[in-house]
Amino acid sequence: MAKLEIAEEVKVVDSGDGFVHDTGHLISKRRGKSLPQWATAWIVLIPAMIFLLLFMFYPILNTFFMAFIQNFSWQKGAGSFAFGNFFAGLQNFCQQWEINDDGVKYCFIYNEIPRFGFENFATVLGNQTFLHSIWNTFELVIIEVPLTIMIALLIATFLNGIKALRGLYQTIFFLPYVTNTIALGLVFQIIFSSGEGGIMNMLITALGGQPVNWLRSTEYHLNEQVTLAPASRFHQGVVIVTYAIWNGLAFKILVFMSGLATIDKQYYDAAKIDGSSNFTIWRRITLPLLSPQILYITITSFIGAFKMYTGVMSVYSSVATTAKNSFYFGGDVGTEWMPIVGWIYKELDSPTAGPGVAAAGSLVLLTIILIITAVQYGVSSKRVHY
Amino acid sequence: MAEHAQYYATKAQANLAKLSGVVRKILIYLFLTIFALFMLTPFVFMVVASFVDADAFAEFTQYADFTKLGFQNWTIGNYAQILNSVYTDNLGNVKQGANFLQYYLNTLIVAVGSTSVTVITAVLAAFAFARLEFKGKNLLFTLLLATMMIPGEMMVITNYQTTIQLQWKFTFAALIFVHGVSVFYIYYLRQTFQQIPNELYLAAKVDGVNDFEYLLKVMVPIAMPTIMTIVILSLMGSWNSFIWPTLVANGNWKFNENYDMKLVSNGLMSLFATNANGYDAIKIAGSMVVTAPLFIFFIIFRKYIMRGVSRSGIKG
Repeated sequence: MAKLEIAEEVKVVDSGDGFVHDTGHLISKRRGKSLPQWATAWIVLIPAMIFLLLFMFYPILNTFFMAFIQNFSWQKGAGSFAFGNFFAGLQNFCQQWEINDDGVKYCFIYNEIPRFGFENFATVLGNQTFLHSIWNTFELVIIEVPLTIMIALLIATFLNGIKALRGLYQTIFFLPYVTNTIALGLVFQIIFSSGEGGIMNMLITALGGQPVNWLRSTEYHLNEQVTLAPASRFHQGVVIVTYAIWNGLAFKILVFMSGLATIDKQYYDAAKIDGSSNFTIWRRITLPLLSPQILYITITSFIGAFKMYTGVMSVYSSVATTAKNSFYFGGDVGTEWMPIVGWIYKELDSPTAGPGVAAAGSLVLLTIILIITAVQYGVSSKRVHY
Repeated sequence: MAEHAQYYATKAQANLAKLSGVVRKILIYLFLTIFALFMLTPFVFMVVASFVDADAFAEFTQYADFTKLGFQNWTIGNYAQILNSVYTDNLGNVKQGANFLQYYLNTLIVAVGSTSVTVITAVLAAFAFARLEFKGKNLLFTLLLATMMIPGEMMVITNYQTTIQLQWKFTFAALIFVHGVSVFYIYYLRQTFQQIPNELYLAAKVDGVNDFEYLLKVMVPIAMPTIMTIVILSLMGSWNSFIWPTLVANGNWKFNENYDMKLVSNGLMSLFATNANGYDAIKIAGSMVVTAPLFIFFIIFRKYIMRGVSRSGIKG
């Protein structure tokens, strides 16, 4: 009799993975109905979705629209919502009302009314500093990224070929990954300090060269300001690229090492029997089998490098706080090596241009990144072996 | 004769191969050592300079006089000056400067807070994406992955205004919650969750375990190495964060005018302008103070960190 009762409770549960399970009687014995999977899914997604909607999806769309509103200003009382500010701006079209002789109220001084269009993009693309910052970023990316990847590839290959001290070298090469960009940028500044006292200049003098003014035209010597010849764009660029390479090698070496570890040793044995030279083996076996990691590193490095900001700023940092403009990137006007992101932050802060122009600048950056990534996928699709 | 010649030729060849093998090894080690030195020099320089008396170091940088770096000039005075928040400026005025004990505490609060939020949201969301079926799952997941392409600056522009609107400027909420979710960690954890065999889930269902219990008692323990990696990477990220704290928390706490709520990176920047202006050795000691805790952390969790970072890099 009891058995029959349980049998009556048997339900069919669809777990959603294509299988149908008649486990309903056991579940129902313990706690009645179980929640359907879609309901559980949305409950566990709630915390993440709140943050994602508020701080990721909404800002992306909002910034996107903001870029198309001219004369955009946040001070319209509608918070961070671009459209709210837009409509509030439309309503506040008048700055000062007057009443004429007939007693009719009319607008004496008009506000600038926000409107849709591409003016922000025109402003951005007509801005010399912005074009200069795009040029700076391209220059740094094109020198820095391929160089870093090639050095990392070489180091990873060599590390993979040795046994003794491998762990030690691996740890040393990983160290820059766990450092603070600002802190080590400062150390690089002092290593590359101008005059005779910088470590780098000592090395150059020892090798018979002349000391170079790397970053600045003014230095503190014994707490006294000393003015030197202005630092050239080239020398400042050398410091930035050196720091970027130093900072960027760690992650790439590690990823290449883990890629090399997955390559089947049989390929190498077969190649050795064929009498192939080491270089041929590296060229014909290692590189193709490592190509997924190389593609991954290339794409992420290019994206990361286009967004560079902290690295460039940190090698100038102590000057930054003494300069009038807190966004300082070398040179007389503080924009010598300003990257795109630096320009965006500068405009975000600027009273004349405002967030609409900054948003347009960030969209230009996004476009550049998308194009570069698409090109890389297109070029590599035939060469990458999975 | 010909056989002899051939024998010696092959032997010579073998010797040559051996020799070239040795030479190659030497060259490889030479190359690696040169780059290892390139990597290490800034650290060695940082440690040495931070312990040299500030005036002696200034003389060293002016006259390239290496004797100034000798042990007779070593002192912990630079550290004392940094950890002591009150300093005297050039004109003899006593001023409140960078206070690194405070910055440590602030950074720790933010690191622990934002890591907890990030891990909780990532575990829950990854569970939904890896184990549960619901309408729009693939669309939502693709959308999430697409956001990884978008430069953070696009979000910062609006987030900064949202922060002001929520009255979060100069509060810890702005530092903890605005980056309370990471798409990358959700993706990374989902990969791990998906490797857990389906049979476990079905067995648990038979035993009458509900989805939440299954997540907590089966999936989380199995995925613990990945979660630990996420915790470590997230803690490191908070310790090194700079841009966002500069925008929203570069000053005193909203609820207490005397409480400086800078994080370590911002503290370092303010140090350059205040206590240490002109004294390179003190600035470098400041860099040490910011870098050292992370290094100790790295030494303790070296395996976890390196494995986690390398695994997070393989995305195929």
